[in-house]
Amino acid sequence: MKLRHLFVAALVTVPLLLAVGLLTGSAGFGCPDLSTTTGRALLDLRLCRLLTGFVVGAALAVSGCALQAVLRNALAEPYVLGISGGGSLGAALMLATGLASLTPLALPAGAFVAAILTLLVICLIARRAGGFAPHTLILTGVVAGTMLSSLLLLVLSFARLRVVHSVTWWMMGNLSGATWPLLFTVIGLVSLACLLLQAEARAMNALLLGHEAASNLGIRTQHVIPLILTAATLAAAAAVSISGIIGFVGLIIPHVARRIVGVDHRRLLPVSAIGGGVFLVLCDALARLLFAPHEIPVGVVTALLGGPFFLIVLTQKKPHDPA
Amino acid sequence: MILLDKVSAAYGTRTVLDNLSLHIRWGERVALAGANGAGKSSLLRVITGHLPATGTVRVDGQNPCRLPPRRRARLMAVVPQEIPTDIPFSASDFVMLGRTALLPRFGAPTAADLQAAEEAMRLTETWDLRMRRFPEMSGGEQQRLALAMALSSRPEVILLDEPTSHLDLRHRIDLMRLLERLCKERGITVLMVAHDLTLASQFFSRIVLLHQGRILSDDTPANVLRPDILQTAYGCPVSAFPLPDTPAICVIPRA
Repeated sequence: MKLRHLFVAALVTVPLLLAVGLLTGSAGFGCPDLSTTTGRALLDLRLCRLLTGFVVGAALAVSGCALQAVLRNALAEPYVLGISGGGSLGAALMLATGLASLTPLALPAGAFVAAILTLLVICLIARRAGGFAPHTLILTGVVAGTMLSSLLLLVLSFARLRVVHSVTWWMMGNLSGATWPLLFTVIGLVSLACLLLQAEARAMNALLLGHEAASNLGIRTQHVIPLILTAATLAAAAAVSISGIIGFVGLIIPHVARRIVGVDHRRLLPVSAIGGGVFLVLCDALARLLFAPHEIPVGVVTALLGGPFFLIVLTQKKPHDPA
Repeated sequence: MILLDKVSAAYGTRTVLDNLSLHIRWGERVALAGANGAGKSSLLRVITGHLPATGTVRVDGQNPCRLPPRRRARLMAVVPQEIPTDIPFSASDFVMLGRTALLPRFGAPTAADLQAAEEAMRLTETWDLRMRRFPEMSGGEQQRLALAMALSSRPEVILLDEPTSHLDLRHRIDLMRLLERLCKERGITVLMVAHDLTLASQFFSRIVLLHQGRILSDDTPANVLRPDILQTAYGCPVSAFPLPDTPAICVIPRA
């Protein structure tokens, strides 16, 4: 598909799909009555949730896209560096210690700080072990993630049942907890991360050839790789802080986007962001509609919908694909 | 242009370059030969600053380890031994990667960038492949594109690590003639790792033969490609004889 056609198609379909998300609620499909206070409040809630879904989806997809390039691993996703383990532990600590009940910002702040601290520790270890070699980073991330999950289980084993339930619900991913101040903070952080990553799009292209080849092409790999890791983690941690753990978006959307616009990250990053945002908004609409008025965690929908869709995309061989 | 003085390097405890000294002048074309593990690729990595070494390493008077990567990329380009072949770049996008150090951070390549990439593709006869995807191509076509990528930045030095391994006979000769032309017309310095010694003797006036991280011989093909020297370097009996009507020396390992 030519880029111009793609742009026109996106210009038409993206607002339509977002409108579908906005008009969908657990009470059904349709515009709330704006002449009443309840209707206006409902629309306000839905708008906040729609934007949250879009920003979280975009952040996860962009983060996955960047990590797949730096780690040169098709299975890399935003949680590969232990962000999910760190974020979950941070959230669990906030809930278990009762700090989460003091202010609504305590839970997302705890998850965010723990996720960023996890990245810092992983970068320090990986730098000492192998200078940001992809396999070192992945192994360090897997080990750190497993250790953090064990610590989470330890915290939960001492926690009250209500806390265990809250942590489990948070880990399944949910977009209903967003508030406007928190959303604006997350939008700011994700925008900053996206800008940093877009600035390094050419570096990501070069990194596909390998770290040494990229260095030969003029990329300051010792600076650029930690910068990309930090920006990708910043986006994912901001998303985790507002929505909990939502899987699959960061893994599949970059692959689907790559099928559409190719491997050039100057195009791939923005297309992944829009694709991830729209995908999560639609998944959230389904999460509210499928068993309405009961709402299911959006993470369940992303996995159930995204998995088969991804497999279909993979099996549809394009003419230029290698055998 | 390239100066190495008493250079030693190691991977962990294994020494790969041992007190090696070498001087390559501006615009010179030098072939680097030796058995597997003799230190050829390691020598290229020392010159690009990727393998730390003791002793003195200078490229155009500067220590490559201390050169900013962008400046280093403009000074020298590398054609690697292995290229990841599974990345579906189009041929033209792949060649444009060679100009990464010169491209703006945001925005499209300029007319000068496009012109440099086209020129590099025409020189390597890959212009007709520009719309094709990299993984669809043969090993030889990919190797020519890797050379085009290196040339697109218009470097002063080109380091090539066995660039003819996937090329057919005609394209081997074409590549050698191209390197000869680049040296003569643009003063580009070429250092190429070569396993095809017969081909190297035809197109290089100087061959550096490495053995166990040291220079065993550094001279004209006629003085380096001698059976006794080659037997020491490769550990097997070798016949070497001049081919009539050509400057080439035919090198054949004996069973």
